[in-house]
Amino acid sequence: MIAAGTVFVQTTYFIDAAYIVAFSLLIYGMTGLTGPRTAVRGNKIAAVGMAVAVVATLLTPGVWHGTSTAILIIVGVAIGTAIGVPAARRVHMTGIPQMVAIFNGVGGGAVALIAWIEFRHHFAPGFFPLRTEIFELFGAIVGSISFWGSNIAFAKLQEILPGRPIKLPGASQTIVNLALFTIAVASAVILLAGSHSQALFVVGILGVSALLGNMVVLPIGGADMPVVISLLNAFTGLSAAATGVALNNTVMIVAGMIVGASGTILTNLMAKAMNRSVPAIVAGGFGGAVAAPVGPASEAGGTVRATSAQDVAIQLSYARQVVIAPGYGMAVAQAQHAVRELERALEAKGVTVKYAIHPVAGRMPGHMNVLLAEADVPYDLLREMDDINPEFPRTDVTLVIGANDVTNPAAKNEPGSPIYGMPILEVDRSSSVIVLKRSMASGFAGIDNPLFYDPKTSMLFGDAKASVSEVTSEVQAL
Amino acid sequence: MGNTFVIDLSVLVLAGFVGYAVISKVPNTLHTPLMSGTNAIHGVVVLGGLLLMHIASGWFEQVLLVIAVAFGTINVIGGFLVTDRMLEMFKTKERVGGVESEETAAALEEDAK
Repeated sequence: MIAAGTVFVQTTYFIDAAYIVAFSLLIYGMTGLTGPRTAVRGNKIAAVGMAVAVVATLLTPGVWHGTSTAILIIVGVAIGTAIGVPAARRVHMTGIPQMVAIFNGVGGGAVALIAWIEFRHHFAPGFFPLRTEIFELFGAIVGSISFWGSNIAFAKLQEILPGRPIKLPGASQTIVNLALFTIAVASAVILLAGSHSQALFVVGILGVSALLGNMVVLPIGGADMPVVISLLNAFTGLSAAATGVALNNTVMIVAGMIVGASGTILTNLMAKAMNRSVPAIVAGGFGGAVAAPVGPASEAGGTVRATSAQDVAIQLSYARQVVIAPGYGMAVAQAQHAVRELERALEAKGVTVKYAIHPVAGRMPGHMNVLLAEADVPYDLLREMDDINPEFPRTDVTLVIGANDVTNPAAKNEPGSPIYGMPILEVDRSSSVIVLKRSMASGFAGIDNPLFYDPKTSMLFGDAKASVSEVTSEVQAL
Repeated sequence: MGNTFVIDLSVLVLAGFVGYAVISKVPNTLHTPLMSGTNAIHGVVVLGGLLLMHIASGWFEQVLLVIAVAFGTINVIGGFLVTDRMLEMFKTKERVGGVESEETAAALEEDAK
């Protein structure tokens, strides 16, 4: 315990200066993320910035007042560390989207709890200036939505809940959501108007927002999850910034807004890569293909050509250029290292191998890059969608490993398809296609894929890792 | 007080533009680490929990705030650690050394556009 107001480091000047240093470090650290070479350092700089902010906050006069304050702060930090550190150390790279979702959720939860305390504590109307209350309420509503929404997203990605949309019948979902939103905002306005018990009212607002968070994310299909996670990320950021305004804390404002901006940019990028509009996603109902096109796709369907590892090995070995299109299925089977082996074996035979990376390959933006980086695949072999698409006509064999929707030609050819218009990897333009797949089950979006019935496609069924290893040893034996 | 509020709002707006400018430059390759890194950053709400702890009266408020601080800490520490783990994986690729790593770097600069 330090006596308040006596030490230089406790003056407002010092703390304000420390905050300026802190947010400068956060911004500078983020600029490091613009290139992989500076990124590690950038992340560390940002972490230092955060540490400076925490220390400055703990030096603020009054923070340690109260008999048990010190113990409570230590307990909180200790619990957080005890949960956060092992979770971050143990998570598999395939599980990153869930991890981001749950971390995002707890952030939103913290915002909501802080808002709750603020209102519980300052019953008396007029204790807070109105403008501060507005921001605090924004934090309460958005933080609560973010917490519950992220938890649902986590549960869906972790497959605790089914990935398909869970929704009320017909248009009632939209009506219920709108009603909940209206209730939350109206309650906020009534609370601001004064005379009611703020402590009780804020609980109501938090509850309604919580329900809204659940109702908004439950109907969203698994395929749209990357967009939802970045959207909720933006929400949590904005609610943190709002809390910052309410508490007059510059670091919180700056940090929150950076996250808000980043989440917004990523949400738009993702939505564009899937040819979906954000409002349409939030309105829900995509991803389950309840009204899946029974027409063209199934007519074309029927004959699927299965092949053997040996045939695949021969085809690959005599190709000039092979493109590998990996999807989340590859990661689930933990096949990325096996794929890297295959790539090396083929290169040893003089075959040019490239990887085609769809912007939404995996379950969040850039996820596939992380998974391949984990398997030591050099980045210069990775090609983004726009760079690789013109190369497919010059490609002898395209190997699709655990990818489905991002290679689905229905997105180009079938105006009736739920994914029509989504930019895809045009693998069907290469001379031949080999699809590695566990079974004929449909992809994460639950949509049938005409690629599998294409005469130049052959399918190699089985566990991706086992299949790839088998092909690799056949290639080496040739 | 009014003054502070206007300053806070200015900071809010300016930070939004700064964030937009900085984040727009991040290449697709790094979008997953970016998202998890910014995730760690919004753990900054832990400051709110720390600042308010002393006003907590009664066990109920104390429990709520301890949870808030714990949540914020999970967010910050977990977020930065997991981002670091991911980024280290990207870094290992550079041990290839010499010409190849130069090429890689060039390819990445290209990417960054």
